[in-house]
Amino acid sequence: MITSKNLRFSYSPQKQFSFPDIACNDKEALLILGQSGRGKTTFLHLLALLLQPDAGNIQISGHTLSGLSSTERTNIRAKSLGIIYQRAHFVSALSVIDNILLSNYLAGNKQDKEKASYLAEQLGFADHLNKKTTQLSQGEQQRVSIARALMNNPNVILADEPTSNLDDNNCQKVIELLKKQSSLIGASLVVVTHDQRLKDEFPNQVFL
Amino acid sequence: MNLFKISVANLKEKKLNSFLSALLLTLGIGMISLLLLLNKQLDEQFRRNIRGIDMVVGAKGSPLQLILSSIYQIDSPTGNIPLSEVNALKRNPFIKTIIPLSMGDNYHGFRIVGTTSKYVEHFQAKIKEGALFSKPMEVTLGSKVAKNSELKIGDTFASSHGLDSDGDAHNDKKYKVTGIFEPTGSVVDQLVLTNLESVWEIHEHAETPAAEIKENDPAHEEEMGDAHHEAEKQITSALIQFRNPMGLITIPRQINQNTSMQAALPSIEINRLFSLLGVGIETLRALALVIIVIAGVSVFISLYNSLKERKYEMALMLSMGATRTKLFFMLLLEGLILAITGYLSGIMLSRIGLWLFSRAAEQDFHYSIREFNLLPEELYLLAGALILGLLAAALPSLGIYRLNISRTLAEE
Repeated sequence: MITSKNLRFSYSPQKQFSFPDIACNDKEALLILGQSGRGKTTFLHLLALLLQPDAGNIQISGHTLSGLSSTERTNIRAKSLGIIYQRAHFVSALSVIDNILLSNYLAGNKQDKEKASYLAEQLGFADHLNKKTTQLSQGEQQRVSIARALMNNPNVILADEPTSNLDDNNCQKVIELLKKQSSLIGASLVVVTHDQRLKDEFPNQVFL
Repeated sequence: MNLFKISVANLKEKKLNSFLSALLLTLGIGMISLLLLLNKQLDEQFRRNIRGIDMVVGAKGSPLQLILSSIYQIDSPTGNIPLSEVNALKRNPFIKTIIPLSMGDNYHGFRIVGTTSKYVEHFQAKIKEGALFSKPMEVTLGSKVAKNSELKIGDTFASSHGLDSDGDAHNDKKYKVTGIFEPTGSVVDQLVLTNLESVWEIHEHAETPAAEIKENDPAHEEEMGDAHHEAEKQITSALIQFRNPMGLITIPRQINQNTSMQAALPSIEINRLFSLLGVGIETLRALALVIIVIAGVSVFISLYNSLKERKYEMALMLSMGATRTKLFFMLLLEGLILAITGYLSGIMLSRIGLWLFSRAAEQDFHYSIREFNLLPEELYLLAGALILGLLAAALPSLGIYRLNISRTLAEE
């Protein structure tokens, strides 16, 4: 579960953002829609603890996340958040399976190969585990990054434009998998996008 | 999955860059290590053979040549000296032992040296089989001679005149093998030892037919008569040991001024030889250092470039819970792996080089260099390589501490 209250952030005095309050319970999904330039990515980075808000606070699973050191924020991000970016990026030198396990390793958790293969099976790229990520199509890459986000059983999954680079077919598939998998592990799913195709997929919506 | 695995994967991803860095380091380290090995082993070989020899007397000429020919058996002798003059030195109280040497013939390129049993004692050569030469025309073979020529005890052979294997053969007089030495690691291994009389005998007989043709030449008859006279017997040189160091001060000057012979001091000549070689060695060492520095620059550039490309990856890993220090270590590890790879292959390269050099040296000089152990200096070389790898990796990797995660992730 994740909630935010009165979040404000500024890159410069001319470029200030204030964001609507959100609340997303476990197993629920929330869509944040907005045109480009409205601070979608900034909002997501605030929720992901990658940026420090100027004002307001964020709660994850009931814990208020203000006044934490950067190490503590890194820890919470690694253990309780799963992040999916607009373009799936990987450590290009590593294979698909190693990129997924990297999530466990960097969070300091045990590397769970079985879980990785199970997710690969569920998300439909089990044949590609030993390939390099660059050998995969964009749709496949986005599914791998979903698997990576799920590896540490996070409380919250944050997705930044997860579908904007995908065709209709892959868009549908990816968003269904995201919803299904996050509710399976009991996580809140927050999707930030300008992709109008997703409007009908989410009952809960917030506009920026 | 661990840092090491990621570092190795990153290096493999940039195969050519990594290869270039490691190759440069290999060359630099290999060159320095080879120089160290050669220097040490040549030095050892040279010093081992002069141990206990304080002075060499021989015909006038180049003192270095006299040392090289009499001790190391690698240059031509300077000429002959009368045995009587050498024997006269025995009366000097400072002189402890005199080992006469007489050369001039060879068997398949191995020198036949006429001497006394003192020479054998001096090099502490032990008989492996058979017995030491005792009568004229008996020889004892050095271990390497025995191995290469496949001569056995009881075999006979004819020597060739001169010091090259293609000289005229003395077919009329044959040497007989009576014994074989154990390997000593000294010059004895590559020699055929016999007594002084054998060398005189061979050359007297060689001269006799020529003398018969010119029977009426009075000058020659006189020479013939002298040759049989004990006092006019000649040897090539003599190795001399002093009773105490005082001898070093007076005797060489006495000999050089008052006799037809010259005295040369091995330690001085060898130091001179090494200082001549030293210039070349210094130049090569400087060149090798330059190559190593270029290797460091290459590690720096390839990490710097790959870091620029991998900026997003770094931000990604930071967002996934990696600490900056962890990533910094991962990058350092890449430099270290390159340094260690370069070091190990450099050390291997130098051993291969040494082996090739030793094969060539063995063919040309019958000297072998067979120590492939790690030198203490090479541990310093390892430390140097590691520091180089660390520095070259640390400089570009410090950027990881300035990386703005949010901006980097948002930019792409």
